[in-house]
Amino acid sequence: MNPRQPVIVGVADQPLVNGMTPDGATPLAIQARTAKWALDEAGLSLSDVDGLLTAGMWGVPGPGQLPTVTLSEYLGVFPRFSDSTNIGGSAFEAHLGHAAMAIERGVCDVALICYGSAQRSERSRNLGGRAPVLTMQFEAPFGMPTPVGGYAMAAMRHMYEYGTTSEQLAEIAVAARAWARLNPAATARDPLSIADVLSSPMISDPLHLRDCCLVTDGGGAVVVTTLERARDLKTKPVVIRGFGECQTHWTVGQMPDFARLIPAERSAAAAFAMAGVTPAEIDVVEAYDSFTITVLMTLEALGFCKRGEGGAFVTGQRTAPGGAFPMNTNGGGLSYAHPGMYGLFLMVEAVRQLRGEAGERQVADAGIALCHGTGGTLSSGATVILSKD
Amino acid sequence: MTEHAKPLPVADADTAPFWDGAKAGKLVVKSCLDCGKAHFYPRALCPHCHSDRLEWIEAKGTGEIHTFTIARRGAGKAFEREAPYAVAIVQLDEGPRMLSNVVTDDVEAVRIGQRVTVVFAEADEGVVLPKFRLAD
Repeated sequence: MNPRQPVIVGVADQPLVNGMTPDGATPLAIQARTAKWALDEAGLSLSDVDGLLTAGMWGVPGPGQLPTVTLSEYLGVFPRFSDSTNIGGSAFEAHLGHAAMAIERGVCDVALICYGSAQRSERSRNLGGRAPVLTMQFEAPFGMPTPVGGYAMAAMRHMYEYGTTSEQLAEIAVAARAWARLNPAATARDPLSIADVLSSPMISDPLHLRDCCLVTDGGGAVVVTTLERARDLKTKPVVIRGFGECQTHWTVGQMPDFARLIPAERSAAAAFAMAGVTPAEIDVVEAYDSFTITVLMTLEALGFCKRGEGGAFVTGQRTAPGGAFPMNTNGGGLSYAHPGMYGLFLMVEAVRQLRGEAGERQVADAGIALCHGTGGTLSSGATVILSKD
Repeated sequence: MTEHAKPLPVADADTAPFWDGAKAGKLVVKSCLDCGKAHFYPRALCPHCHSDRLEWIEAKGTGEIHTFTIARRGAGKAFEREAPYAVAIVQLDEGPRMLSNVVTDDVEAVRIGQRVTVVFAEADEGVVLPKFRLAD
């Protein structure tokens, strides 16, 4: 294998209590300490970092407008490669691809991908009160609930075209909760049934409260370096086999097809081609679950089932522990944590599964994992395929 | 703007003719002189063929509900008292889709595929928003 083959050598995430950072840490502090933990487990330190990647919604307007610049200042590092691509919650899968390219080309040797959010503690989730300029002038004046409304409109159209049901969507939330019940770090661990999901309050038809992700604090870090360097480090390297990304729209009215996730179709096709693997070879899937419909449309777009068959595919708790298709094995954004942008946590969990560190929720013989992030309002997709060395 | 005021569109050079048209009771959209396709929202280039030869046309104001949702809680404090209300993607007969509201006393009866007709609803500060009602 190429000695500059990019690999993941460290991951970490912020433990939460009731969905909050227990000491009220700022988004910068969360990023700094999770970065230190992720570097520590590999046997690296912040002084080794020469590539820095982050995206977030903190400090805007203000220091968050130049997030890698602010974060490198806070950390006391002077990176020679940086990337603050923000395509929504999928940004971190995109960052991993960008870090891999920079490392393979020799632009940097140790890349650190960070995320931090205190949205729950700060009650900063609601972005209301800002004047709708440019493209948003055609949405906000009509009381568009953001972001749930766009996902709800996609679910409505998927139901219309394919007969998908609320029960089928609920299967996804119930399976995620079953995984969370095996994960002591998950935020929501009470039992959850399909009836519970269907009887939870309707938020934006046809999506109920339990079709929606949690709103928590959180943060984490992923460390990427070369396979050659990883040979001297403390962790088992996880190989970045393939990646891809695509974006189509942000304004909901511009979504090219409400019943089809085109960004995921394209990003996954690129990632599978680069990795030289097929959907049938994937052992564990971490699929961004901002809402249940996100997952259902993602499964179709990634090619795990045909378009329109996502509902049937998830029926019978197929994605739950013990099911034929292990997915969102930490409990996902629906039950583990969702600090505004969730993409980084998909990769943290995939790495723990591939290293065999997932405890009670460990998927047997997990050799190849796929993470797929979705950002905005079904706007962007970024896919990464990872494997054991 | 306070947290409780409804957000109003911030018109700009691309979009002023659209909002001025609404004020005059007309639904105007941009159409391409090269490929012949209309688009919404109005842009400097045709999003279909990227031509810059565009004209404004008056749409008939009729179309079909392509998809929709019922906001049960309202989008923030400003819309809380309106809930439940219908937000829909309307496919105009000229082709483009636009996000708007279906104005109705019975949100439970809104369905994909229903025919709709534009109505011009006055918002604050003299702004007029094109909304839709179910066709007779």
